[in-house]
Amino acid sequence: MMPPSPPGGVRVPFGIPPAQTDAASPADPNGHTVPVASSAGAHPSADHPAKENREVTPEELRAAIDEVLARLDRDLVGLVPVKSRVRDIASLLVVDRLRRAQGLSADPPSLHMSFTGNPGTGKTTVALRMAEILHRLGYSRKGHLVVATRDDLVGQYIGHTAPKTKDVLKRAMGGVLFIDEAYYLYRPENERDYGAEAIEILLQVMEDNRDDLVVILAGYADRMERFFASNPGIKSRIAHHIDFPDYTPDELMQIADLMLEKMMYRFSPAAREAFARYLQRRMRQPHFANARSVRNALDRMRLRQATRLTAQPGTPSREELMMIEAADVLASRVFTTSPTDVEAT
Amino acid sequence: MHLTQGTFSYLPPLSDDEIAAQIRYALDRSWAVSIEYTDDPHPRNVYWEMWGLPMFDLKDPAAVLQELNRCRAEHGDCYIRINAYDRSKGRQTTALSFIVNRPLVEPGFRVERTEFADRQVKYTLHAYATDKPAGQRYGPAGS
Ligand SMILES: Nc1ncnc2c1ncn2[C@@H]1O[C@H](COP(=O)(O)OP(=O)(O)O)[C@@H](O)[C@H]1O
Ligand SMILES: [Mg+2]
Repeated sequence: MMPPSPPGGVRVPFGIPPAQTDAASPADPNGHTVPVASSAGAHPSADHPAKENREVTPEELRAAIDEVLARLDRDLVGLVPVKSRVRDIASLLVVDRLRRAQGLSADPPSLHMSFTGNPGTGKTTVALRMAEILHRLGYSRKGHLVVATRDDLVGQYIGHTAPKTKDVLKRAMGGVLFIDEAYYLYRPENERDYGAEAIEILLQVMEDNRDDLVVILAGYADRMERFFASNPGIKSRIAHHIDFPDYTPDELMQIADLMLEKMMYRFSPAAREAFARYLQRRMRQPHFANARSVRNALDRMRLRQATRLTAQPGTPSREELMMIEAADVLASRVFTTSPTDVEAT
Repeated sequence: MHLTQGTFSYLPPLSDDEIAAQIRYALDRSWAVSIEYTDDPHPRNVYWEMWGLPMFDLKDPAAVLQELNRCRAEHGDCYIRINAYDRSKGRQTTALSFIVNRPLVEPGFRVERTEFADRQVKYTLHAYATDKPAGQRYGPAGS
């Protein structure tokens, strides 16, 4: 059962909010006039004016999310299982909306999720898209993502944790709270650890404020599993588990191409071939972080390209400005060090 | 006597939905919202007690309403107001301030006349409520 909404609680409106434009704070065209809330009975939401009781057609709902799903497809290479799970959840929400429109009542679907996978597999990126989908379907009033880690939630001394956690939760209301490496909240080896207090508050809010925010917990799969095993209360409130697989070398190559394209760079054929060999080596080294390592590698290659171009005489051509050459790739320390070295450069 | 002050002093009390709408207006403009309460109704009393710190970076009024309801639970017999502070460049000022809770019974004020030299009179407003010590002015909490 849904908990009764608190006195004065704001309900999720039954209408499709307009596509979100960046920060949810349009400038006030009139400066400082303060409109007084409209007459009694009208929903006060400025975001979704007066649409709530209108019947929404399946086409409208589809259109509302198809664009987000298409963008997810376009912007993220691979991740087939993740994309299909996101699509499943979106369909569930669409059907829930249609059922409610027909008066078929059921408990609103539970939306808290866990995203498990190694670093750089796209968890944060997908969480952003998920927030957008929830917003478009009216399950999230603002659709913003608040990212938090243990340090944001847990305090240093007695009485410090509760206000810290509550402050983060308040900022996340109306949107999605993304807790990265959630298992660090729980430190069984230290029974005085304040993390337990944060978990307790979190649990309460996940249960009582389901209208107000969606919680996504993220981190390594094995550690998350252990975290859930010792915190069954949290586990039972998570409805959707999505696992993010590591990328294959091919996918990493495609990700590199995509990132370069967005930055208006490209590999020369020799550079591309060198980068494939770079990936093979880099993947075997410690601290390999999938797409994030690709991004970092590309940033360093841009740096080398810039050094090379400024060292050569004359103004570089447009072609030269765009091209990453094999030399920019091969100068990496990955090619000269053994696989056990700590960080690649 | 129904005490009024602040932005919507000319209106009847706002409903919770209307309060939420005003908070949303403030949050949409990135104003920091704070909650204050007092049991000293004098119009020149500008130093109300703070209910927690001002709230920054919120997106949704539900978070403020939650705090307001906690404040009401503890200080339901006080005046409570919501302030929104506009810290954008060149303003640095309270942009919005309105009463969201009041005691059940508001006994009001009497005018005191003090005569002094040459039959001159000084007028003073005296709140009946402040005859009692702070904390006992409007009956038990929540009444
Ligand atoms: N499948 C992908 N296609 C393209 N870029 C990706 C993909 N997965 C991750 N990235 C990029 O890699 C970086 C790290 O991703 P992120 O979502 O922060 O990973 P995580 O949260 O799992 O550590 C981001 O810049 C993101 O845009
Ligand atoms: Mg991340």
